[in-house]
Amino acid sequence: METFEHVVDVLVIGGGTAGPMAAVKAKQANPALNVLLLEKANVKRSGAISMGMDGLNNAVVPGFATPEQYVREITIANDGIVNQKTLMAYARNSFAMIEELDRWGVKFEKDETGDYAMRKVHHLGTYVLPMPEGHDIKKVLYRQLKRTRVEITNRLVATRLLTAEDGRIAGALAFDCRTADFHVIRAKSVVLATGAAGRLGLPASGYLFGTYENPTNCGDGHSMAFHAGAELTGIECFQINPLIKDYNGPACAYVTGPFGGYTTNAQGQRFIECDYWSGQMMWEFTQELQGGRGPVFLKLDHLAEETIAQIETILHTNERPSRGRFHEGRGTDYRHRMVEMHVSEIGLCSGHSASGVWVDEHARTTVPGLHAAGDLACVPHNYMLGAFVYGRLAGESGAAFCAAHDHAAVDAGQVERERARVWAPLRRERGLPPNQVEYKLRRMVNDYLQPPKVTRKMEIGLERFEAIREDLHLLQAREPHELMRAMEVHAIRDCAEMAARASLYRTESRWGLYHARADHPARDDANWFCHVQLAKDEAGAMHCFKRPVEPYLVEIGDAEKTSYERLRIRAEAGPAVASASSEPAVA
Amino acid sequence: MTHSFAPLSLHPAAVPVSVDPDKCIAHKGCTVCVDVCPLDVLAIDLVKGSAYMKFDECWYCMPCEKDCPTGAVRVDIPYLLR
Repeated sequence: METFEHVVDVLVIGGGTAGPMAAVKAKQANPALNVLLLEKANVKRSGAISMGMDGLNNAVVPGFATPEQYVREITIANDGIVNQKTLMAYARNSFAMIEELDRWGVKFEKDETGDYAMRKVHHLGTYVLPMPEGHDIKKVLYRQLKRTRVEITNRLVATRLLTAEDGRIAGALAFDCRTADFHVIRAKSVVLATGAAGRLGLPASGYLFGTYENPTNCGDGHSMAFHAGAELTGIECFQINPLIKDYNGPACAYVTGPFGGYTTNAQGQRFIECDYWSGQMMWEFTQELQGGRGPVFLKLDHLAEETIAQIETILHTNERPSRGRFHEGRGTDYRHRMVEMHVSEIGLCSGHSASGVWVDEHARTTVPGLHAAGDLACVPHNYMLGAFVYGRLAGESGAAFCAAHDHAAVDAGQVERERARVWAPLRRERGLPPNQVEYKLRRMVNDYLQPPKVTRKMEIGLERFEAIREDLHLLQAREPHELMRAMEVHAIRDCAEMAARASLYRTESRWGLYHARADHPARDDANWFCHVQLAKDEAGAMHCFKRPVEPYLVEIGDAEKTSYERLRIRAEAGPAVASASSEPAVA
Repeated sequence: MTHSFAPLSLHPAAVPVSVDPDKCIAHKGCTVCVDVCPLDVLAIDLVKGSAYMKFDECWYCMPCEKDCPTGAVRVDIPYLLR
């Protein structure tokens, strides 16, 4: 096993969605810069959109929505806890990004006059732009990477960021998951784009890799940012999604909704007005499951043959195409049977909820020279298009940082400690296998952190995560691939601890199911209308603190504030349905 | 700290990715499926000259099947989810 050193200007970690965009934009901002895109898998097929995407979920298109309307909608959907400057930076750059992607060859649905064929899925506004032929979006990105001459390395797993004495970024450390060679990469600025922490809870199937997110995205970036001293935020606002049971992929009400599909309970009744994913939507979904009216289904069987055929074409060729094979195995034909849905395990993902590394409106973290974008960076509900927009901002900010800074000195101690940590599992002759440690850790995440959250349970969970911290010193890897899994367990454990600590800190309930605390059931704006930040203290331990919500750019009327709390259909159906609603959001 | 380690057991698993050795052209140098797998779970059996699933860590995402130039790869849903 050897050690290699690289010196670049901008290092982008993560080659999925935001990362390639950041690399291209850094290079476009200054073609003289040496930009390295480092990927754990292979840039051609990595990340959340390895098989493409079926639509934009948050397109701010003139004539359909204004940036102000979008900022208002997401502020309300996220129960007020947003930095509107970051949302506005997204919203103002959203349309320009759509047009650029269109020029690059990404195919969006258009009407007969050539206008974008926008659809309404959100509770208030119209933001969904279908991409029925969105399966080759990774190829489009790859062409741009080649065209702008971004340097790419595949199969390198970044494990820690390098920081200088003054706290600014100095580069990153990584290892090769095929050879276990160690890499020291010096950089003037770094963009983190490692995606969600999607391998946190254990799927009900028990299959470690049967997650909603691409399981490569296991929170390495969250862990790296924390250890580099960056602030994370909203970690207690978990990602929990309504998914196809067992398959654990999206049922895709966003795709089917505009065609007439909808979510229903076992009695075939609609119980929510809007299928847009929010904490309150997940709360209502759970009420239906626990109130004896479940399971919940995606209903398509009332649609016309040609509509269903069209839906099948979109859903079975894009994003998660194996769902067709799953339905076939279960005998589920959309024409005759509704699709059984379930509640996912927890994860951390800004793309769908609001947890991640704190960034400003230029994608800058609190560590000088470190930028973040995509599912990792907290820009609430920012989805794929948000990853592209913030990827652009991060790339441009990263390039600008290079203009004003030279390479920071590398701390040899950091390199030596990390190399020892990374190679340790290979050097043990006996030890614990990574898959078992991961299984136990993630089962404990389910047992102690899955909402509704209970104080005493989360405290016990923290004890278990502390015990597993000791087990990390016993992990054994027989070869480099297993070493990758071993080091991922370290990151997953960090994320589990963050999830517990941030959840314990916020002693109220907010965001519907995402942060439903059974022993603090009420929303408490007097004490908790603020961000909860998590960072390393002087002793290296995790600590939480409050960060005030900055004054809004777009005012929210009192009547609007609660509109996402009124998702449940006020049924004529009687008391069973009516009594199940509203708590904890109203309380 | 003292620890006693039990020996590791073999844990059989039905793997979701199968490769048709008659169609696979790994012996001609093709590594497409191995290259595109996000989880790096495929490998080439140098003796048989074809690809196979080495680690049961599959997201059933399908680039290996879609990108295979000869149609040799088939992704099934992992048994635990099926």
